[in-house]
Amino acid sequence: MSIRVVVPQIGQSIAEAVIVKWYKKPGDPIEKGETLVEIGTDKINTEIPAPVSGIVEKLLVEEGTTVEVNTEIAVLSDMRGAGKATEIVRLEAQGFHSEAPLTPQRASVETSDVRHSPFVRKLAQEHNIDLSHVRGTGDAGRITKDDVLQFIEQQKTQEIQETSDVERIPMTRIRKLIAEHMVLSKRTAADLTTFFEIDMSAVVREREIAKEIFENQYALKLTYLPFVVAAVSRALRKFPVVNSSIEGDFILYRKECNIGIAMAVEDGLLVPVIRRADEKSVLDLTRAVADLAERARARHLSADDLQGGTFSITNPGVFGALMGTPIIHQPQVAILGIGAVVKRAVVIQDAITIRPMACFSLTYDHRAMDGAVADQFLAHIKKTLENECPPALK
Amino acid sequence: MITYLEAIRQALSEEMEADPRVFLLGEDIGAYGGAFKVTAGLQEKFGEERVIDTPISESAIAGVAIGAALSGLRPVAEMQFIDFIACCFNMITNYAAKAHYCWGASIPIVIRGPYGGGVHAGPFHSQCVESFFLNTAGLKIVAPATVLDAKGLLKAAIRDPNPVLYLEHKFLYRRLKDDILRDVFVPLGQAVLRREGKHLSIITYSAMVHVALEAADQLARSGIETDVLDLRTLSPLDEDSVLQSVKKTNKVLLLHEASRFGGFGGELAAIIAEKAFEYLDGPIVRVAAMDTPVPFGSPLEETYLPNAAKVFEAARKLMGY
Repeated sequence: MSIRVVVPQIGQSIAEAVIVKWYKKPGDPIEKGETLVEIGTDKINTEIPAPVSGIVEKLLVEEGTTVEVNTEIAVLSDMRGAGKATEIVRLEAQGFHSEAPLTPQRASVETSDVRHSPFVRKLAQEHNIDLSHVRGTGDAGRITKDDVLQFIEQQKTQEIQETSDVERIPMTRIRKLIAEHMVLSKRTAADLTTFFEIDMSAVVREREIAKEIFENQYALKLTYLPFVVAAVSRALRKFPVVNSSIEGDFILYRKECNIGIAMAVEDGLLVPVIRRADEKSVLDLTRAVADLAERARARHLSADDLQGGTFSITNPGVFGALMGTPIIHQPQVAILGIGAVVKRAVVIQDAITIRPMACFSLTYDHRAMDGAVADQFLAHIKKTLENECPPALK
Repeated sequence: MITYLEAIRQALSEEMEADPRVFLLGEDIGAYGGAFKVTAGLQEKFGEERVIDTPISESAIAGVAIGAALSGLRPVAEMQFIDFIACCFNMITNYAAKAHYCWGASIPIVIRGPYGGGVHAGPFHSQCVESFFLNTAGLKIVAPATVLDAKGLLKAAIRDPNPVLYLEHKFLYRRLKDDILRDVFVPLGQAVLRREGKHLSIITYSAMVHVALEAADQLARSGIETDVLDLRTLSPLDEDSVLQSVKKTNKVLLLHEASRFGGFGGELAAIIAEKAFEYLDGPIVRVAAMDTPVPFGSPLEETYLPNAAKVFEAARKLMGY
C-alpha cells in the first residue's frame, strides 16, 4: 500500500514550511521513526520521522521549496500491503487520510507533542509564553525550567533593544482579562446589532423637573441613564429571552433583572451590576448607579458587584459617540448601547421640529433570539421613553 | 568534643538529673553499660533502681515501660539493636500508640536503640525500622543525624508526653564528633537545611544526611547547587520545610537507607505530588537501599546501601531531565 506523506502542522500559527533536506532518496528503505526529511519554518527546523517502515517511492518536492502545511511531499510504500490488490485499492482510496492523524501528529512530535513538566507549564502560563517557541535542552529535547527562564530573559533583552521606536509593555491584568473576554464573546456569540432612534423629549423634560430636587434633597446628580435602565427593565420583563443566557443547548431564563452598567475606569472597563433593577424606582436606580460609579472609581467594587448580571448597558454617548456596536458580555445574550442625546431636526406630523434625539443600539446573540424579538424589545423601550417616561418623582 | 554516642549518654544523664521520674531499662545496660556502651557509668551514677537490667525479652521491656509510664514515670527503654523492636511490636502499636486516643492516658516513653547498617552486622543487626511504624498513628519517630541533634532530640523525646521511637544510627556513634553546648534542646517536628542550593532538593534523614552532603559537594563541582534537607523527625513531619524546598528548586531527590519499596520516600513523594505538583520540573526520584534483607558481606552491603556515588548519578540524571 502507498503512504502519502504530508507536511505536518508544526505549532499552531505555522501555515507553510521549507523542505530543508531529504534524508532518503527514492528506492531507499526506511524504518518507522527514522528521519525522512528536515523541514524549517520561520521559527524552527524540525526533523520529521517516517510514519511507517517501507520503501521511499517518490519525493515530490525539491529541497529549498516552500510548501503549505498538508501538502503532499513524498510517497512511501509499505511492504505489508503489497500484492493484495483489493486492499491496495481500498487503502489508496482512503489514501493517507485514513492514517492522517497518525502522521501529522507523530511527525510533529518534536514540537507540539512534547510533554512539559508541571512547573514548566506553570512558568509558561505565568509569563504568557508559547512553549513551541522555546528550545529544549533537557533529555530528548525536553524543555526545562532553565530553558524557560532563559527564554524570559531573552525576551526582556529583546524588549530593551526594541525601545528605539516601539515601546513594548505587557498588558495589565485587567487589560488581559478584558481582551480574553471580548475575544471569547466574539467567538461564542452569533452577534449582530440593530439601531433605533429615540426621541428623548419626555425624558429631558422629566429630568429638568426632577434634577434640582434630586440635587437638593438627595445630593444626587440625575442623568438620563436611570430612566433608560427603568425602561429597559420593563422591556426585559416583557421579552424574557433578552434577559436570558445560553448554556450548551439550553436557554436559561433569568428570574431577576440584574442590569450591568459598563463603566470606564483607569486602564479598563468594569460592568458592575444593579440587582433587581425592575423593582427599583428612578430614585433608587440613581442611587445605585452613583454608588457603583463611586466605588468603581475608588476600586472598591467586590466580586459580587460584578457578578450575576443578566443584561448590560453601555453608554458610548457620554463621550459624544452617536451610536456604537457593543460586544455582548458573556454569558448574556444582549447589550444595549446608548448614543449621545443631540438636538436634531426631525419630522413629526409632517412638520420639521427640533427634538433631543438619541440612537440606541442593541447587540444581540442570534442564537438566542431573532431580529423580530430584538426589534420589538427596542421598540418597547422607545415607546416607554417617548410616551410614558418612567417618573422620577413619585 | 564529644561523639554522637556520648551526646546520647549526656542527654540521658542530664534528663535523669533534672527529672527523678526518668529511668532507663534494657538488656545489659547497667553494669555492662550497654552493647555499645551508650549507658556506661549511668548505673554507678543513678543506682540500680534507675538503670535497670532486664531479662532478654523486648516484650517485657516495652510492657514494663508502658506500665511505669501509666504509673507516672518517664521510662527510656533500650533495644539492644533496634531490629529487636519487632518482638514488642504489639505493645508499641496496639497499646502505647493508642492509649491516649482510646483512654486519654499519656504514655511518655522513649524507645531507643542502635539503628541502620554500614557496619557489616548482617540482616538482624542493621535494619531501618521506621516504615514498620510510620503507618501507626500516635507514635513519634525521631532520627538524628548530628551530635547536637542526637542530644537535643533525645531530650525533647524524653520530655514529650507521647511514645517516641528514637532511632540512633550506629554507624554515626563514634564517627561523628562535635563541640556542643550543655543545654541543647531540639524540638520535635522541625526539619533543618544542612546545605542551601537552588537547583535540586535532596530530602533525607539520619546517616544519609552525610551521604547527601558528600554528593552535594561533588554536584557543586558540576555547578549544581543542592538543598540538603535533614528531616530529623519523621513523624510528625515538617511538611512546610519539604514543600518550601521543592517549590524553590523544582527538582527532588528523596534519599533513605531503608529499603525502597514501601519506604518513607513513597509517602514523601505522594505529599509532594499532592501539594507541590505544579512546582515539579522533573520526576520525583528516590535513592534507597535495595529490596532485600541487609546483606552481611561487605561488598554486598556496599552494593545494597545508597552512597554518594549513587546519589550523584541519580541527581545528575534528574538535572538533565
